[in-house]
Amino acid sequence: MKPTYGRCSRWGIVAFASSLDQAGPFTRTVADSALMFASMAGHDAKDSTSANIALPDLNAAMQAGVKGMKIGVPSEYVIEGMDPSIIALWEQGQAWLRDAGAELVAVSLPHTRYALPAYYIIAPAEASSNLARYDGVRYGARLDNGGSLDDMYEATRAAGFGAEVQRRILIGTYALSAGYYDAYYLKAQKVRQLIRSDFDTVFATVDAILTPATPSAAFALGDKQDDPVTMYLNDVFTVPANLAGLPGISVPAGMSGAGLPLGLQVLTNTFREDTLYRVAACLEAQAGFTGLPPRHVLADR
Amino acid sequence: MSNLVSGQTGDWEVVIGMEVHAQVTSQAKLFSGSSTSFGAGPNENVSLVDAAMPGMLPVINEACVRQAVKTGLGLNAQINLYSVFDRKNYFYADLPQGYQISQFKHPVVGEGSLRIELGDGSAHDIGIERIHLEQDAGKSLHDQHPAKSYIDLNRSGVALMEIVSRPDLRSAEQAGAYIKKLRSILRYLGTCDGNMEEGSLRADVNVSVRRPGGPLGTRTETKNLNSVRFIMQAIDYEVERQIEVLESGGEIDQETRLFDTATGATRPMRSKEDAHDYRYFPDPDLLPLQLTEEFVADIRAALPELPDAIKARMIAEYGLSAYDASVLTEERETAAFYEAASENQDKKLVANWMTSELFGALNKAGHELSDSPVSPQELGRLVGLISDGTISGRIAKDVFAEMFASGRPAAEIIEEKGLKQVSDSSQIEALIDRVLADNADKVSEYRGGKDKLFGFFVGQTMKLSAGQANPAMVNELLRKKLDG
Repeated sequence: MKPTYGRCSRWGIVAFASSLDQAGPFTRTVADSALMFASMAGHDAKDSTSANIALPDLNAAMQAGVKGMKIGVPSEYVIEGMDPSIIALWEQGQAWLRDAGAELVAVSLPHTRYALPAYYIIAPAEASSNLARYDGVRYGARLDNGGSLDDMYEATRAAGFGAEVQRRILIGTYALSAGYYDAYYLKAQKVRQLIRSDFDTVFATVDAILTPATPSAAFALGDKQDDPVTMYLNDVFTVPANLAGLPGISVPAGMSGAGLPLGLQVLTNTFREDTLYRVAACLEAQAGFTGLPPRHVLADR
Repeated sequence: MSNLVSGQTGDWEVVIGMEVHAQVTSQAKLFSGSSTSFGAGPNENVSLVDAAMPGMLPVINEACVRQAVKTGLGLNAQINLYSVFDRKNYFYADLPQGYQISQFKHPVVGEGSLRIELGDGSAHDIGIERIHLEQDAGKSLHDQHPAKSYIDLNRSGVALMEIVSRPDLRSAEQAGAYIKKLRSILRYLGTCDGNMEEGSLRADVNVSVRRPGGPLGTRTETKNLNSVRFIMQAIDYEVERQIEVLESGGEIDQETRLFDTATGATRPMRSKEDAHDYRYFPDPDLLPLQLTEEFVADIRAALPELPDAIKARMIAEYGLSAYDASVLTEERETAAFYEAASENQDKKLVANWMTSELFGALNKAGHELSDSPVSPQELGRLVGLISDGTISGRIAKDVFAEMFASGRPAAEIIEEKGLKQVSDSSQIEALIDRVLADNADKVSEYRGGKDKLFGFFVGQTMKLSAGQANPAMVNELLRKKLDG
């Protein structure tokens, strides 16, 4: 579950991309998630981006059921080559909510396809700056080869950061460079605004949005290292809410053909975590998910 | 007055712009609660935020914003109700975050102006382009260890105002007048203590030369000048160097230079090719700074009277000369001293006493006005005693010397030494009679037409009274006796 940006203080969290970073709980049940979230949320004067907005009654929300709610199904949340079991699960999710009394309506979030590229400009740009402090002077394991200060920086950062982190630092540094800033960073920020206004428009007519959590099931550890774009594509359905600062939750709801768990994602307007948990509780109850990871994963432990 | 500089091949016009870094007077740093006190031991004034500990976040110090707005208002500048903090990214050992939080596209203060006056009496309005708030970096100490550099983060995160002028300055003299006037205004406002030796006020000067009326030349930036004299020296050096390069067919490199205080010369620090790309972008840890009209109005209402206004009032209401008014308003403390000393006293006379006797004595003793052994009230009382005829101006000088040496009040010294002026006409007449009797020959000469001898008789009478006779009465009575 990812709370609204500003709900949980970022103070004390090692920063990756400050405008996107938001702490959220991983739990086994929706009720546990709500309990964790309620404990984590709250205004913090030490975080300037922290919001001072009262938390809604989550317990009441989880009891309320979805009867009478309007839930949007965005036509843009389908990509080429998507796992058919995921599309089937999405349709199943819509049916569960309809059975529980919600009204499902088709909605459009036209700028969705630009979210991933915008995210992969903004997040690395901020990361390139946030990770600058791990330079071997005060933070990071120093690698002093007896050369100049710049030599020490280069050796320390080359040894300390993994390949994916280095890739993101390079992308971010490039996107912020003189002459490229307008074309990349500024453009990405404009896209971010458009994505936010897509959601604003849709939330004027619906209470929540239902989407698949990912276009495919989880890939194996160490996979896709040589194909970062495919790896990044796995975030395609979750980053729009991240860019817009909206709360979202992924509820395990079914299994892929290979026996891997699949999630359904619920999104609501900012600071409406009550609505989020209301829909999530219904999905959890309807799905009755009991899936376990494949036996060999457990055996490896 | 022409500001043109003659070279071998004709005249050159000098174009100067200045970026002044002024440390904001505040208890705490710009984004943390650490103290800003000067002189603490190394790394004593450092919080986790200043040390860029992972997970720490900046929170704006409202007092620093207030100071920047106050400075903007004092420079007749536009206050931007919306401004943004950006990150200026670069690597350096004394910059623990790896970026400095500054303001780039949207500074808190926009355009303003500052009036400078030169020795020849001419006045020039120098444009202020912007003022923005930013963090200071730490300090690298390279002389503590043969192989290592030490880092002191006490300054890290301290609030600075960068005050950027338009390229409106045309000579080292103007640049000197600009920094002095700016420092004076900052001190009046109480937004920066202006201590250049302590690094509270530092200037980067951008200098270029061009043919009069021609297009702007390529500029160099000489960084981190921390005295008025260095600023003027660096400009003079750069002007001479640039003219020499251009006249011998060379080109000026757009580069950053350093000033060597020992030789008075500038030398390249880094050229444009390896200039930093600071990759500015809005700091996502901070929301845009939004001020209300009321916030600005409250600061405006509490603004102190500034030197230009005080000077105008001193000239118009007190009848002071422009020169005296300038001298008395240059520093806030001087103006305050004068206002206190001249309260209910002869304004012009107090001004004369301050600028001649008091400043002379302070200079000679190597004291600052703040250490003056004579308080403003006592100086005022001394002048009052001259005005009401208790003592003569001549005697007052002796009394003042005694006051300055001992710190005692004027009245006490006059009483103790019996220095009260004699204004009793019979006493004075008796003195005059003696002088005339002792100098009968000169009396004949005077009466024979040698008018100039009148001063001699005055002098002799004053001398005989040990300076205590009322000079006006001596004059009057002498005239009666000699001419009557």
